[in-house]
Amino acid sequence: MIRHIRWCAWFCALLLAALLVNAARVQVWEAAAYRDSPANKRPAVERWAQPRGDILVEGRPVTGSRDSRQLLRWERTYADGPLYAPVTGFASQTYGTSLLERAEDALLAGTDPGLTAFPLWYDLARGRPSGGNAETTLVAAVQQAGYTALEGKRGAVAALEPVTGRILALVSSPSYDPGELSGTGTAVTAAWTRLNEDPARPMLNRALHETYPPGSTFKIVTAAAALDAGTVTDVDAPTRTPDPYPLPGTRTLLPNAASGCEDASMADAVRWSCNTVMARIGVRVGLRGMAEAARRFGFNDAGLRVPAWVSRSNFDTDMSPDQLALSSIGQFNTKATPLQMARVAAAVASGGELPAPYLVERATRADGTQIRTGGRRGGSGRAMTPSTALRLQELMVGAVEDGTARNAAVAGAVVGGKTGTAQHGVGNAGTPYAWFIGWAKAADEPLPGVAVAVVVEDASGDRGDISGNSAAAPIARAVMEAALRAGP
Amino acid sequence: MTALTAEVADPAPPPPPGARAPRGRGAELMLLAGAVAISVLGHLHVGFALTGAAPRGADRYAAGLACAALLAHLAVRFRAPYADPLLLPIAFLLNGLGLVLIQRLDATTPHHLAAGDQLRWSGLGAALFVVAVAVLRDHRALQRYAYLAAAAGLVLMLVPVFFPPVNGAHIWIRFGGLSFQPGEFAKILLAVFFAAYLAANRTALALTGRRLFWRLRLLPGRALGPVLAIWLLSVGMLVLERDLGTSLLFFGLFVIMLFTATGRTGWIAIGLALAALGAYAVGTLEPHVHSRVEDWLHPLASVERGEGPGQLAQSLFAFGAGGLLGAGLGHGQSFLIGFAAKSDFILATAGEELGLAGLTAILLLYGILVHRGFRAGLALRDPFGRLLATGLASIIALQVFGIAGGVTGLIPLTGMAMPFLAQGGSSVVTNWIIVALLVRLSDSARRPLPDGGAEGGG
Repeated sequence: MIRHIRWCAWFCALLLAALLVNAARVQVWEAAAYRDSPANKRPAVERWAQPRGDILVEGRPVTGSRDSRQLLRWERTYADGPLYAPVTGFASQTYGTSLLERAEDALLAGTDPGLTAFPLWYDLARGRPSGGNAETTLVAAVQQAGYTALEGKRGAVAALEPVTGRILALVSSPSYDPGELSGTGTAVTAAWTRLNEDPARPMLNRALHETYPPGSTFKIVTAAAALDAGTVTDVDAPTRTPDPYPLPGTRTLLPNAASGCEDASMADAVRWSCNTVMARIGVRVGLRGMAEAARRFGFNDAGLRVPAWVSRSNFDTDMSPDQLALSSIGQFNTKATPLQMARVAAAVASGGELPAPYLVERATRADGTQIRTGGRRGGSGRAMTPSTALRLQELMVGAVEDGTARNAAVAGAVVGGKTGTAQHGVGNAGTPYAWFIGWAKAADEPLPGVAVAVVVEDASGDRGDISGNSAAAPIARAVMEAALRAGP
Repeated sequence: MTALTAEVADPAPPPPPGARAPRGRGAELMLLAGAVAISVLGHLHVGFALTGAAPRGADRYAAGLACAALLAHLAVRFRAPYADPLLLPIAFLLNGLGLVLIQRLDATTPHHLAAGDQLRWSGLGAALFVVAVAVLRDHRALQRYAYLAAAAGLVLMLVPVFFPPVNGAHIWIRFGGLSFQPGEFAKILLAVFFAAYLAANRTALALTGRRLFWRLRLLPGRALGPVLAIWLLSVGMLVLERDLGTSLLFFGLFVIMLFTATGRTGWIAIGLALAALGAYAVGTLEPHVHSRVEDWLHPLASVERGEGPGQLAQSLFAFGAGGLLGAGLGHGQSFLIGFAAKSDFILATAGEELGLAGLTAILLLYGILVHRGFRAGLALRDPFGRLLATGLASIIALQVFGIAGGVTGLIPLTGMAMPFLAQGGSSVVTNWIIVALLVRLSDSARRPLPDGGAEGGG
């Protein structure tokens, strides 16, 4: 009997060994697979177990957290949600994150390795540090000015500091309250459905993610290309352009909205926005020269991050001459985000350097100590020569002083601008988009304070180039005034 | 230590000094103090981790545990002075850890508190331990009540059939807000019956039976009859009551004890054959058993179907999240398991919050407990004692393997309770009685022979 009791004991020892080996298999070898299973709620529970860090505007948090006592515990709140939605985006237990909430998620959620001097300690203790804060470059007054001016319209404003690329305002209208998407439950899913089914598309960030045909505002790029390439050496010399201008290789005649464009100089063409002159200049520069200039201005770049991603602005690189002519006046397949057109204006204002726009000035730990600063030194490269930039500054100032952009004038400041009215839709049937791009420099300042791009989608019925001046320029003026008043 | 033990009234004639083996009562006291300390620290830790403050009445809690430990120790010291010094501290530690884990899970299910009840049942169990150790002076007394034990066990298993089912199984009886599983107590009674019956009939079972050829014999039908009948009855009843975990436990216990008694490997062959047959029949006839096998083979199948994780998947997630060192008490999310997180799946909380390190420690504690049971069985001199010790140790081992293997995906899930750890009043009380019997058996095993010989060993 002794022998058989021993056998039983050994059998039990075998069972114990099997248990231990299996436990090691589950807890060590397969642990990663279980952790990554989409059905495992632990990562989500841990992620929301502590309040997120905040997004700050001029040192004041525009986000907050509230204890929901639910499984995914801390829910996001937004002060002035609709005003800052195009910057903060949402942070939802149900739908994930967007914009800064997404781009700076590691910082805000507390997983950024920079948040702790001893990352190994948190690995060992299985905790995570408090979320850090993201201090934005926004200026509240500028943001508010753009938001108020756009209220009731569909459109977007992007404003930045030309030399540094700091984004001062990013407005998209209509907007929404991202706080509605915080948490879980039927109210959240209902809000999500409602916002997504809304024909006005309030969750679309029109400043960063929508591309519009830039229309006449693109003529600044065409003019810069012509000056840099030497195609035009004297901006005041007549260009011998017929009105209307037959598109090369076709019988299509390109008309002007303005009068007095026949044989106009490039200076007058910018001031009065002559399609014929600028289209012909584009053709004379040639496809390669135009595509190269567009690239230098930041077109065809899918990699722009501010740090939220920005849609690629397009200028075709393979076209027939008639298509090139249309592209040179911002039509055909030329498309740009408002932020991209603000960069074009900023490049002119800053003497030819294309700025790298950014939204996050500083990332700090919860106690306020700095982890890193935003912005890229040296910008995104040179868009044009300084002398070309100087010429274009003069032309843009002319357009505001006695051209198509007079509604953008700001008292006590030098303002340069360019309006645009972009046709779109099948057979150009859609309501034209009203554009304005420009920059302003306070009279007593050495550097320009602000560059801005405004697009208004539904500038009601006004089909001429006038709509850029009547619908978009006043909004830009409000934004530029606010920016100059806020100072550098 | 020696001075203390010398004061104990010793019924056996004192052996010559110097030749006496240490009895280990001092060691037991120290280990018990450690077990109480760990339980109280766990209690405090959970409070601080979940609410940032010590739980209310922590001082009374600590005092209560210490008193219970001291009483149990005194019972052993005076009534079973030669008992194995590891049994009581391990039981106490496991029970204390179980209370800590249940208290921790209570914090996430405020509408369904269980720690208070579990504490009361544990107190009752410890009291029964003291009573059993004090009253039962010789385990051989149980041998006389073999058939009474069998009858009582069968009645206990039959009673719940007349009560409404809980979660589809007729294993609970309820009255006055209390509920318990009489089948738990039946385990001990049937082990006593098997041990007594097999001790009396083992020669007949081992040596008779018609020889077929070489060493192969038919198993003797006459001696086998009553055993087989009682076994079939109990298993059949369990299948009717939908309690397959206990059914498998009885089956394994029966095979092990029969093998130990007779030493015939034929029993193992028959056991395996019957097990295979039973498993096949139950697997095809019982849809919920079939689904458990499916779950075990493909724990994440419901996730892939987009139906969310099943309970076993949640349990595996919890173990995986624990990793090597665990998330720390109070820092895991094992409550995601939901239903039965405090009972069947209690080990997942240990795995997640204490990690593989803590889980290994807990499993090794069970291992030592079982080892000490077998060791008492080896050292005992009477067949009944040997068989009873083997049976009780096997009950613990099979139960631990059944449920721990189930929740870690080693074998299909069967509803068993982790001894001492899991929520469940009848289970805790039963385990305390099992430990009391092991203490009694080990006391007999290690007691020096009246002629002063040192047989038994420590």
